[in-house]
Amino acid sequence: METLKAQKKDSKKQKAIRITGAEAIIHCLLAEGVDLIYGYPGGAIMPVYDELYKFQDKLTHILTRHEQGATHAAQGYARVTGRVGVAMATSGPGATNLVTGIADAQIDSTPMVCITGQVTRSLLGSDAFQETDIVGISTPVTKWNYQITKVEEIPEIMAKAFYIARSGRPGPVLVDITKNAQFDELDFVYEKCTAVRSYKPVPKPEPSSIEKAAELINSAKKPFIVFGQGVILGEAEAELKALVEKAGIPAAWTILGLSAMDTDHPLNVGMVGMHGNYAPNMLTNECDVLIAIGMRFDDRVTGNLETYAKQAKVIHFEIDPAEVNKNVKVDVAVLGNAKETLNAILPLLDKKEHKEWKAEFDKMHQIEYDTLIKNDIHPTKEGLTMGEVIEQINVASGQKAVIVSDVGQHQMIACRYAKFKQSKSNITSGGLGTMGFGLPAAIGAKMGAMDREVVAIIGDGGYQMTIQELGVIFQHNVPVKIVVLNNDHLGMVRQWQELFFDRRYASTVMTNPDFVKIAEGYHIKSRRVSERGDLQEAVQEMMASKDPYFLEVKVEKEDNVFPMIPSGASVSDIRLK
Amino acid sequence: MEKQWYTISVYSENHVGLLNRISGIFLKRHINIESLNVSKSEIEGVSKFTIVVFTTEDWTRKIVGQIEKQIEVIKAYYHTDDETIYQESALFKIASHLLFDERQIQNIIKESNAQIVTVNREFFALAKTGRRHEIDEMHDALLPYGIMQFVRSGRITVTKAAMPISEILQEFQEN
Repeated sequence: METLKAQKKDSKKQKAIRITGAEAIIHCLLAEGVDLIYGYPGGAIMPVYDELYKFQDKLTHILTRHEQGATHAAQGYARVTGRVGVAMATSGPGATNLVTGIADAQIDSTPMVCITGQVTRSLLGSDAFQETDIVGISTPVTKWNYQITKVEEIPEIMAKAFYIARSGRPGPVLVDITKNAQFDELDFVYEKCTAVRSYKPVPKPEPSSIEKAAELINSAKKPFIVFGQGVILGEAEAELKALVEKAGIPAAWTILGLSAMDTDHPLNVGMVGMHGNYAPNMLTNECDVLIAIGMRFDDRVTGNLETYAKQAKVIHFEIDPAEVNKNVKVDVAVLGNAKETLNAILPLLDKKEHKEWKAEFDKMHQIEYDTLIKNDIHPTKEGLTMGEVIEQINVASGQKAVIVSDVGQHQMIACRYAKFKQSKSNITSGGLGTMGFGLPAAIGAKMGAMDREVVAIIGDGGYQMTIQELGVIFQHNVPVKIVVLNNDHLGMVRQWQELFFDRRYASTVMTNPDFVKIAEGYHIKSRRVSERGDLQEAVQEMMASKDPYFLEVKVEKEDNVFPMIPSGASVSDIRLK
Repeated sequence: MEKQWYTISVYSENHVGLLNRISGIFLKRHINIESLNVSKSEIEGVSKFTIVVFTTEDWTRKIVGQIEKQIEVIKAYYHTDDETIYQESALFKIASHLLFDERQIQNIIKESNAQIVTVNREFFALAKTGRRHEIDEMHDALLPYGIMQFVRSGRITVTKAAMPISEILQEFQEN
């Protein structure tokens, strides 16, 4: 508390207004520029909902059909806008239902503030109706959390919550507010938080580390860049492009780095990781300098660490010091915000082209194209492939759509084949792998970018985990385009069972309902495609629709996603089939 | 990498829930906390956690990184035993009649440099401060005569090298 007061000295004195805690929460949200929140009411948060009713001209609340949907919608909104997403729920089950989305936002560094109601202070610890220790439960999966029990705490804690959620490496913050603090009155003054003693969101870059990195890059014969979401979160897309072009370095993205660079940029060599592209995975183990930018060497990226880029000097541009040397030992760590550090290194780099080295990527890409990609996106076999659906969406959208995916085979195919021309256009649950993420995240993404097409690519499994959010799409006429790639299986698990469990398909076969009828029940325009001849026209019809649209594509039931780095294998053991 | 004893010193704001947050970092990695002490520090308003673990330096460094990442943590350090001055405290509750019936007990008290904190008709209490092995030796010596209650504190340490928290706080203030 004292820590914040210190920073407040300089700010202008505002006139205090006497209001309830519940109204104060609304004023805090408005002061933070929030105009859209997702949530679900209940007993312990009712005073705040009563104020939401009064302030509905300034602050839109979207009633999701489940609290998990509220978190994913807030995530989708945050990922597409770069702003803080807000989700609200009541105590007890309302709060615990937020946990999956909070954990997802934590591992994928998404700025989000969750507000939960809590039983009144005098009942804390009495096992009261709908009491749960959400601060305890959410501690390991939040960047910060706090329980407000006194009305006077509201402005400072809310300001701190937003500051912490969006600053440095972003993340989710949960604020739990007891009911008495919502009812009680305070003299309300709001001042934005600009610093917290003990919290250093962005480390200061050391000039010597930037010089060392520049020397390594300048002397490299086979430099290779792998970039992640840090580029997007740090808004360093232009700096990355400038660096790649000046130093002539092939660059690959991680799954969360997708769209930070144009897909068609000649130096974009695709995606690293378990189902990434052949060339960047193989050549990770042949480069002489590996330049990691805003990525965290997730195990799905590195495969076996013992055989990961051992021949290379490694440079790590990273905002979070705890990520440095966590998984991969690095030779040079450049701490700081990517925009700042990339800008700083740019003048120190020699202008270069690495034509021969780049040609190795092209050669390997051709191998992947001939053995795999061609058959995925222009198949000649009878059954429809997921890849050709994504390709049709690329064509119909002019590569301009925001692509939201769920988790599984369709996600890997979407991330492999969707093409991007604009940053913040790929929204997927990368770290946590949360099935059910796609549909609600697409709602949030669309509401955050009404001028853009938002296409949700979802499997038949994940779709049914949050299918109830069709209610939001219907009620608010949110014009998202929903594509369910239906193979009547939990496809990715089935693929693993086929490859590693002797085809014992334990609980991966799905008997599915009539998805078109379900969408029709919500009065959403819908169509089913099971013949190749209808696909292009159906996708065009979907993209042309001004209203929400549901498209089910019956795809081949037992297709596998390749390439694949088997779990625990080396990146250079990537299998093309 | 070889496992050994590390003492982690954490300077932090005094915040409800921070202990939970810090212990969760160990829990998530399945690493046991061998001893834990929380107290005030040399700086007013700043708390100090002293945590002892038996693990590799690599894990210790990663844990310290994760601890430091917590919003209310000002700075965390880790040190080996050689780099610190450390002590633990123990209390023993023993039946009073043993003091007269078992002459050897008086010798144990003298040899171990323990203090008698209180004596009454039923029991007396001994306090011993020292290294873990010294407390263990005293415990083992008293055990055959019967110990009514025993408790040992977490390790507390000061480090040989400086931990410049005031400077770090100053830096936070300036940024």
